[in-house]
Parts: sequence; C-alpha cells; structure tokens
Amino acid sequence: MDTETTVRHTAAHLVDGGLDAKVPPGPIDEKWERHRFDMKLVSPANRRGYTILIVGSGLAGSAAAASLGELGYNVKCFSYHDSPRRAHSISAQGGINAAKNYRNDGDSIFRLFYDTVKGGDFRAREANVYRLAELSVNIIDQCVAQGVPFAREYGGLLDNRSFGGAQVSRTFYARGQTGQQLLLGAYQAVERQVGLGTVAMHTRAEMLDLVVVDGCARGIVTRDLVTGAIESHPGDAVVLATGGYANVFYLSTNAKASNATAIWRAHKRGAFFGNPCFTQIHPTCIPVSGDHQSKLTLMSESLRNDGRVWVPKKSGDTRPPDQIPPNERDYYLERKYPSYGNLAPRDISSRAAKEVCDEGRGVGPGGRGVYLDFTDAIARLGERAIRERYDNLFDMYERITGENGYQVPMRIYPAAHYVMGGLWVDYNLMSTIPGLFVAGEANFSDHGANRLGASALMQGLADGYFILPYTIADYIARVRPDKVDTSHPAFRAVEEEVLGSITRLLDVKGKRTVDSFHRELGRIMWDDCGMARNDAGLRRALEKIPELRAEFWKNVRVLEGNEEVNQSLEMAGRVADFLELGELICIDALHRRESCGGHFREESQTQDGEALRDDEQFAYVAAWEYTGTLARPNLHKEPLHFEYLQLTQRSYK
Amino acid sequence: MDAGLADAALMKLTLRVWRQKNANIRGRFVTYAAKNISPDMSFLEMLDVVNEELIGRTEEPIAFEHDCREGICGSCGFMIDGVAHGLKRATTVCQLHMRSFRDGDSLTIEPWRAKAFPVIKDLIVDRSAFDRIIQAGGFISAPTGSAPDANAILVPKENADLAFDAAACIGCGACVAACPNASATLFTAAKVSHLDLLPQGQPERYHRVRNMVATMDKEMFGSCTNIGECEAACPKVISLYFIARMNRGLIRASFRGWKRGDGPLEFERGSS
Repeated sequence: MDTETTVRHTAAHLVDGGLDAKVPPGPIDEKWERHRFDMKLVSPANRRGYTILIVGSGLAGSAAAASLGELGYNVKCFSYHDSPRRAHSISAQGGINAAKNYRNDGDSIFRLFYDTVKGGDFRAREANVYRLAELSVNIIDQCVAQGVPFAREYGGLLDNRSFGGAQVSRTFYARGQTGQQLLLGAYQAVERQVGLGTVAMHTRAEMLDLVVVDGCARGIVTRDLVTGAIESHPGDAVVLATGGYANVFYLSTNAKASNATAIWRAHKRGAFFGNPCFTQIHPTCIPVSGDHQSKLTLMSESLRNDGRVWVPKKSGDTRPPDQIPPNERDYYLERKYPSYGNLAPRDISSRAAKEVCDEGRGVGPGGRGVYLDFTDAIARLGERAIRERYDNLFDMYERITGENGYQVPMRIYPAAHYVMGGLWVDYNLMSTIPGLFVAGEANFSDHGANRLGASALMQGLADGYFILPYTIADYIARVRPDKVDTSHPAFRAVEEEVLGSITRLLDVKGKRTVDSFHRELGRIMWDDCGMARNDAGLRRALEKIPELRAEFWKNVRVLEGNEEVNQSLEMAGRVADFLELGELICIDALHRRESCGGHFREESQTQDGEALRDDEQFAYVAAWEYTGTLARPNLHKEPLHFEYLQLTQRSYK
Repeated sequence: MDAGLADAALMKLTLRVWRQKNANIRGRFVTYAAKNISPDMSFLEMLDVVNEELIGRTEEPIAFEHDCREGICGSCGFMIDGVAHGLKRATTVCQLHMRSFRDGDSLTIEPWRAKAFPVIKDLIVDRSAFDRIIQAGGFISAPTGSAPDANAILVPKENADLAFDAAACIGCGACVAACPNASATLFTAAKVSHLDLLPQGQPERYHRVRNMVATMDKEMFGSCTNIGECEAACPKVISLYFIARMNRGLIRASFRGWKRGDGPLEFERGSS
C-alpha cells in the first residue's frame, strides 16, 4: 500500500475536529435544494467522454447505471451474476417507505426523517437522513412510471401498510416481492440503456481490486468468472454498489454470493470503513433446522402487522401451541412495548426473542424459536384476507419447514440480515478516496445503528436514481480527470497483485474446505459479536479470528483451475476477506463501549435491559483507516451534531 | 444448531450428474452417492454435502448456479429426472426439500437443454439471451426524474394484480428447458403482458411486442405450439393465458403498430 497516497487523499476529508462530511450549509430542508444548484454540471456534449464504472447491479447500482446512462455518460456496469436481475435486492420482501402521506395519517418528510434517526438510535447524520426522506417521494413516482406493479386498492390508488418503528402507514409494497419488482424496474431501465449503447453490462465479472492513480480512484481490476481472465477497466469515477457483508456470520438471510470483497479491497486502498460493528439481526427468520443449514430465510417483518409473537409463560412447556391456553401465553412484545407492540423495531424485537429463549421459554427443536401466530388475525379478517396479503410467505414457510402457517403458528428466530456499517462516505456519497463513490448497503449509510424496515430499498434507490447522478457530475466537472488508460503502470501493478493472491490461494493445497472456514468464522462472530456483545467475548473473538485466518492460509483446499469456472476459488477469495473484516468488526465493537441500536453491549444497559447509549463519549461515526496491520487500524471520528432532533433515549413502550 | 435427528432419519441417494468441463468439451454422466442426507435439507444443501465430500477427495465439485436460496433470484435450476426444478409444483430447486424424496432414490441431474442456453460448465448454462429479449423492448421508457405523481394515474386493482402475476417471472429458464421446442414464449409473454396491462405501458405496446418476439426468434428459441409444459414447470406458475394475450397483442400490433419503414410484418415466426 502506498502510504503517501493515503495521506494525500484523506487530507481532503480530515480536519481539526475529525472527519468532515462536507454537509452543505443552510436549514436542513433547503440543504439539498441549494446544494443541487451549487454543484457543477457536465454539459451534455461532454458526458460521452467520461467513463463511469459501476460495480454491482442491485437497486443502487442498476439505478445509478440507468440514470447516468440516460444522461449520456459512458457507463460500464459489473456484476458477478449471469444477469443484473439476480442481485440480492431481489430478496427484499416487505416494502419501501415513502413520506407520501397518502393515508392522511400524519406522515410527512420530517416525520420519516425523525423516525429514521430515532430508529437508528441517533447514530446517523441528520442531513443525509433528511435528504433520504425528501427523495423517498420521488422514488415511488419513478417506480410507478417504470411499471412496478405496486399493490392497489379497488379505487385504483396505491395501497400502504405499516412497518416496524413507525406509527403511520407509509410502506408501499408489491405482495411479498417488493424488492424483486423494484429491481426488475431498475434492471429494465438498465437493459434499455444497454440497447441504446450507453451502458455496457459486464456480467460474470467480479471486481477484485481498485486502481488508485495520484490519489484518485481511476479503475478496477476484475476476474472473468468463466475464463479466469484478469482484466483492467479504466474510468473517471468508480461507484461501489456491492451490498452488505452480513455473510461474515456465515448463516444470514443474505444470498450465498453476497460478499465484502469489493469494499474490503477498496478499504485496503485507502477508503475508511464506517461503523463496521453496526450489524442488524432480523427478528423474523425461519429457525435453524440442522448443521447442514447453508443460509437462513427471512419472513417479512410485514407479517408482524397481523401476526402476534408469543412464547409459553412457563419455561420447558412442550405442549403444542393450540393446547396452551391464552392466559399461559406471554405475548412479550405487546407486554413490554404496549404502544408499538408487535411492531417494535428490529433490534428490540430480536433481543427480546433471545431473552425469552435464554430463559428456556423458546419453542421448537433446540428451543431457539418463538411463535408468530395468525390465529387472531384469521378469526378477525378471514383466511382469505391474510392469504391475499402474505400468501407467498406462507408458501415459502411451508416449503422450508413442512408446516402450514395458517393452521399452526409459525416459528421464528432472529438471524443476521443487514449491515448499517460500510465504507464511510461524505454528503456526496464519496469515500475518502476521491472519485470513489459508495451507494446502497455498501456505504455506512443513513440508518445509524439500526435500520427500520422498508428503508433499505428506499436508500438504495435514492442513492442510485437521485443522488449519484448529481454528485458524480459535480466531481467530474471540478476535477476534470485527465485520460488514464490501462497502459498506466498502476494497472499492471494491481493486476499482478490480484494474480498473486489467486496463485497464493491455489498453492496452499491444504486439507480443509473453504466452507468449513467460513462456518467457523460465522460461529465466532455469532457467539461473540452477535445479538449481545461484551468485553470478554470480543477479546476472545479477537484472539480466535487471527488464528483462524492463519490456519486458512496454511490449510485451505482450493482446487486447481484459474482458467475456468471455479466456484471454490471464488468463495476462497471472499472468505479470505471476511476473515480480515471480521477482525475489524470486533475491534469496532470493542471500542464502542455503549449500546446503540443493533450494537448491544451487555455492560451498557438500563435497569430493565434496554440499550443504554453514551452520547457524551460516542456520538460519532467511527471511521477506520487501514494501516497495513489488521490489528491496528487508525480510528477517525466524524462527530454527529443533532440540530433538529433532540437526543433522547429511545422508547417504544 | 442441534437438529437432534436420529441416524435412522438420514437418507442415502444415488445421483447421476451431468459433468462438462466447459462449453467446448463433451459432457458425460457421472454417478455419485449422497450419504447422510437429512429430510430437512434443501436439494442444493444436499449437493453442498456431496461437493464437500468431492473436495475432500480432491475431486472437482459439481458446478451449479444459486444465490438467494429463497426461490426469488432465479439463479438456480436444473433438470431432476427430466423435470425442470423437479417434481414439486411451484418450487425452484433451492426450495425443494429432501423430504420430497425417499431413502434409496436414484436421481438424474442435468442442465437446462436448449440451443439458446449453451452449457458453460456442469449444470451452469448461459441465459443471456433473456437479457437481450428485455433489451429489445421489455421496459417502459421512463427516464429518471420525469415521472408524474404516483397516484396521478389510477390503475384498476384487477389490472395491477394481473400485471403482478405476469411480473412474478424470475427469469430462471425452466419454461424453455421444459418446452419440447425450447421456446421462450412464456418468458416473453409474461413481460409483454406485465407492461401492456398498465396504463404507463400503453405508448410502447405495439413496438414492444414486435421487437421482443423478433428478438426471441433471432436468439434461436423454438416456436410455441401450445403444449403447456412451460406453465407446469414454472416455479411462479405463470399462466398460459399470458401467451394467448401476447399473441392477440402481436396480431393487433401487426396492423396498428406498423408503419412504412418499420420493415416487413413478421407473421412467419419461427420458420427458419
């Protein structure tokens, strides 16, 4: 790593008081509007001359690729899938938030802003969240214009439902497949641009490194997953829209291929990593059924609109659910959080489930499960109404568990689902490497320490459709990047490093499979850096992870063949990066000696076991700089100032 | 993580699997034993177990595509005993669980077979022809920023629901693999219908159907002869109704959408 380069480029964001997010001045509701005017433009005739590389084709990546292509830039989009339509955004079930106030129930941009900052336990940047709430309105318009078949009422107007952490109905949905329909909308917009020749889609191409020239992001190096060819792609700006890293837990609701490689390699080239320990454990997933389990399946949070969560009052009660009378059931969410009930935010609901299972009141094999019961809703609304709302989710539950959720209560348990952490970005979504933009789940995002349901789709699309097209233009117009092509020595050097690490993986020729290392890492992370964390456990994990990593490089078995499809080689590179990232997550979790949102430190809780923040010491974004030594990253702080919202202890009671 | 399964509940199966190193080398069937299979495993988890064993013996694992393992991304899919995604209706292979099979079963596993889907390796095929059909017109031209308020145009619920039924397609390719003609008509019809059913899709409807159908033919997919295997194999149970609907639209487009300079009317579809 060229440390001189690191010093030069970070200087732009580092100021006396810590990291500068470059938030524009002015009242919060005028910041974005004014900033849009202040930003420079690239004239239509000149756009073709600039190449923008977009890595990832999920909601954020596809939205950015389509929008920048429409503007006339020369866009290249990369995906390791066979088609951009496969990205993990497709799995999002429940919906997308927007402050439309179509329900006349008191919603507003300010309320969505407030709910999101509060839901994130006051660890998000106010200006970004406000902009997100503002843009939420345009997203719905855009998607409807593209033909996204949102649910409608008989009058032909759009339907809404409620989600966790909100007392208004602002969630737009397309049955239980909202992510799929939004992604197909963005995918179709991208394919339209491919047809028009403004976007070149590179499928089955995995980004393995970032090329930095004179301190700026100037290209990427990819591996062709079919031929193994290592290829350099120069560009004037690079966008990473490569999703989150919840697969560091091995068992998560993320798709199997979801990985941290692109952002991790960019981190090692100088991009700071923001709040890596902010991971979200989703309360409603199908419990683990055995050691063979390869991933966990989410049951949309929207089910909590009609399902009631309960466990038996007595521990060790093994009676079937229908034989447990109502007065011997503990509807613990309704009991503990009467005003939000079953719609308490995700972090709180997850911890509450863990608590009752730790008390021995869990249900199902192994006792790690709670009931999600639709009996009352079916009695009230009829099975048909429930079927209409959630049919595909009940089908999926039955396929996986062999049980009919209409007849017996579903069993659910929390699982790793989403990460609020990611590469640190300023207000323009630019990382600490000029020219490197990060969008969607891959950036440290607008969700603070906990994301509310139906907000991930909103953020990915806001970043891609409505923010990057402006901020990238501004960057290009200000910097006017000179031409760089692959003959530049920086490309040769990075290509050699990439080939070197592939050869290193193939040369270990050890005895253990890649998967076995990934499972072991996941177990360490889940046990010591999962739903509840403490000093001793984190220190234990920080000993175990480097040991496991050392063993990986001595004993992993990756079968020969770089020149063809080699899925164990693909996974090996991703797991090698998780083995490094896992350590940073634990370092961050250890340093943050407060509880906030999804980060629950057992040492920091209120008398009744709720997360206790420490605003005196920790009201900042932790942005970690890679120093060349994994165990000793540099900590930089972006102080968080709350000018419009008052820092309060969250209460959903 | 304790399944607490007795050994007796575990199954053993024999798999005949199509192995093909790459597009240029001829493939062949190889037989493997799948042991210690729990009925709670998904079909892909069963293959994971087989692959871990193969790697243990320094043999190349079976390559197959998969990602979400929730039946929505459309990555996975192959033939099990000649049936796309296996026998269970409305289910992708990732959601097919081993409790649907019996101890001692012998299964043949092979990739989608279609001229338009060349094999890349083992069970992986190239489905990029689907993307090119979409490029030809499977969209509504709505550049970012140009949209009116979402509630400005009313959409009858029945239309929105029907559009959704068509839009549920996951692009897995099972319809092509199941079709004796290797036709992509259900895939194409689903997208044409989804967009044609919405008011926003009206301005482009005639061009859309003509261009998408022409591209489908160009990509070497076969013709539709109304057999219906596609609907039976579709994990999202997309109805043949949409094919009829598309064909109606195509005829209408041939008269109403055509103008001088558009090129010949394409009535003789598929007659290569």
